[in-house]
Amino acid sequence: MLLGAVVWVLTLVICFFFLGHYWWFPPPISQHGQFYDAQFTLTLWVTGIIFFCAQMALGYVIIKFRDRGGTAHYSHGNNVLEVVWTSATAVLFIGLVLAGTRIWAAVHFEEAPAGAMRIEVMAKQFAWSFRYPGPDGKFGRTDLKLVNDQGGNPFGIDDKDPAGKDDITSASIKVPVGRPIQLILRSRDVIHNFFVRELRLKQDIVPGMEIPFHFQADQIGTYEVPCSELCGLGHHQMRTTLEVMPEADFQKWLQEQAAQK
Amino acid sequence: MASPIVHVHHAPTGFIRRYIFSLDHKVIGLQYYFLALFSVFLGMGLSVLMRFHLVYPDAKVGFFETLWKTGAPGGIMTPELYLSLMTMHGTIMVFFVLTTAPQSGFGNYFLPIQIGAEDMAFPVLNMLSFWTTFLALIVMVAAFFVPGGAPLAGWTAYPPLSAVGALSGPGEGLGQTLWIISIAIFSGASLMGAINFIATTIDLRAKGLSMMRLPLTCWSWFVTAILGLLGFAVLLAAGVLLLLDRLAGTSFFLPAGLLVNDQILNHKGGSPLLWQHLFWFFGHPEVYIAILPGMGVASQLLSTFSRKPIFGYRAMVYAILGIGFLGFFVWGHHMFMSGMNPYSAFAFSVLTMSIGVPSAIKTFNWIGTLWGGRIRFTTAMLFALGFVSLFVTGGISGIFLGQPALDLYFHDTYFVVGHFHMIMGVAAIFGMFAGTFYWFPKVTGRFMNETLGKIHFYLTFIGVYAIFTPMHFLGIAGNPRRYADFTNFDFLGKLLPVHTFMTHAAFATAVVQLIFLFNLIWSAKKGKPAPVNPWEATTLEWTVPSPPPFDNFAGKHPVVNHGPYEYSVPGAAKDYIMQSDPA
Repeated sequence: MLLGAVVWVLTLVICFFFLGHYWWFPPPISQHGQFYDAQFTLTLWVTGIIFFCAQMALGYVIIKFRDRGGTAHYSHGNNVLEVVWTSATAVLFIGLVLAGTRIWAAVHFEEAPAGAMRIEVMAKQFAWSFRYPGPDGKFGRTDLKLVNDQGGNPFGIDDKDPAGKDDITSASIKVPVGRPIQLILRSRDVIHNFFVRELRLKQDIVPGMEIPFHFQADQIGTYEVPCSELCGLGHHQMRTTLEVMPEADFQKWLQEQAAQK
Repeated sequence: MASPIVHVHHAPTGFIRRYIFSLDHKVIGLQYYFLALFSVFLGMGLSVLMRFHLVYPDAKVGFFETLWKTGAPGGIMTPELYLSLMTMHGTIMVFFVLTTAPQSGFGNYFLPIQIGAEDMAFPVLNMLSFWTTFLALIVMVAAFFVPGGAPLAGWTAYPPLSAVGALSGPGEGLGQTLWIISIAIFSGASLMGAINFIATTIDLRAKGLSMMRLPLTCWSWFVTAILGLLGFAVLLAAGVLLLLDRLAGTSFFLPAGLLVNDQILNHKGGSPLLWQHLFWFFGHPEVYIAILPGMGVASQLLSTFSRKPIFGYRAMVYAILGIGFLGFFVWGHHMFMSGMNPYSAFAFSVLTMSIGVPSAIKTFNWIGTLWGGRIRFTTAMLFALGFVSLFVTGGISGIFLGQPALDLYFHDTYFVVGHFHMIMGVAAIFGMFAGTFYWFPKVTGRFMNETLGKIHFYLTFIGVYAIFTPMHFLGIAGNPRRYADFTNFDFLGKLLPVHTFMTHAAFATAVVQLIFLFNLIWSAKKGKPAPVNPWEATTLEWTVPSPPPFDNFAGKHPVVNHGPYEYSVPGAAKDYIMQSDPA
């Protein structure tokens, strides 16, 4: 009896907090982010209604069918009901997956648009590095033996390769607003994960693999990048930022970096 | 007609053969139960320390330094100690609690009695599987006491972090090696147990006990054993390969081009993703190993205490089989973000959503069982009802995580932590509490105290919601899991009040568990004496004395004439017909 009321109250409290958005997503900064939020909202309503109805029903039967004398109803079930609720949940659940497939496809099945700006990401315990190919548009050759973090060469860029001479490296990622970006994700030790909340995007970075990953940010601002795959004792400090800049500011930054080399 | 020949088997009289190296499934069941009880309090203790550190990362506590000299110099817990606690919490809870108590504990004790057998099919193997599990626990706990301490790679132990030795961090030396050895030993023990459960269920059922008359508890133990047999075999192989990568210089999981801690490694040709495939091929069925027995217990209790047959018995059996079968085809949903082929994510997500269907069937059938019943609110029943509520709450968040599109944000956030704690953590543990209160009278001949039981239930029920619901909001706000503290990110600082609330809820809920411990010990000595069939239930264990004699049925062979859930049959003299009542 009391339990029925407790289940109801807990359900209402949980629904209250979900509807109130007290701790919630940051606003999206890309079209993908908007699609993501729509899919999340759809899923939240479908599951929210199931959650609410199931818990309310549980609370109801607890209160309604408590032992007050008399006999219980003898029944071994109802095949029609079984078929109905089995089909209904199957349609709802599979339907949700299908509805979200476009979002997944846009991130992973589609290639980055032609002309996307390429940036290489190197993750290591417990720091991020980003490499821009420079005016020639080509990344220079790298060699693990040349890696020198203190000396500003986290990628191990080979000086002898002319394509590498104009490569720019940075400890945070800066991109121009509204341009498609193609990341090439690499790790040199353990698995890390590149995550930008505002982009609604996340991807593991696996040593031994070069994982392509594309996005486009449409809002100027600075966004935190937390490593999101356990990488060791400094995992919680593995932070960098994504800075989305006006095109002109970005070009200026590139030139400053080139001049410092 | 010849009179039936009665062979009564007596227990060995020596203490060691009777209580230590016992072949009696009941003693072995209790040994598993107490091993899990020790482990659950250890695992809970670790989680309380973790919650404390997350909210007060700079606190100086002398006691920490006493426990871990290098992990907490000056009493301040280091991030690596936090990660060790996290790894050991997860490992101990998953393997030594969730795999051990519901299946090996309750299953060992009650499967043979519920099917009318005098013991498991292979009593010696049964004894070996317990003592092997015990050895695994010793090796696991030993990891805390070696130089470098316990491993920090999490219960999933992803290589390269777990494969390159102490280079990748403290605890990754001998600690991680012991962890893998313990898991391999545990896998061996689980394989022995699984074979025993399968053979027992197939071969030792009483006359008249067809598969479709099996109590749902037996069905869930049976299917869980099959999952264990197929899953732990793969985990054992994976563990051996990981050990070889660490100790013999092989490269199963290690690719070329590694530069760890300023040192170039010579491995080449391996794949970190291979481990994830092997691990989750075991790891996902493991989730069902943890929860299926709880579902069985919940079904049993809901029917018994609402005095109604289970709603849709056949649908329930098919749902258990469906979950067991599909459970082997969904491991990829742990790997949507791993870098595996994104096209396979689509297949895995459709299969993952499909497994939600039998889970939903079970929920509907539970509510159908209660509908029109005359519910008796014993503490055991409260925990079974609590199980249903937690199962719904924990299951529903899976609908988010099963979609690769939504996983693009939720993967490795607290949303995941909230999801699996709700369903495989606390729902499964509520199944164990329910089973404990339900079967305690059979095991001891005494009731557990109902007043203490109800206080413990309500405080725990509200407590676990208070701990784990906020995790979903943290996940929505993007809070990554497995962070030792939240001081380095602006957006995480804003979420600290939520963490503080959860920490306080966790402290309170942990303290409340002492009520249960007290109740268990006190009731075993001083509890109200219970009759043979205190709950007016139908299955065979309620036909034998409490506690049952050494060979369960005193040499007799029970015959089953009825299904397991014949409650409130119209025209019957009582409101229940026992399985062994005359036809």
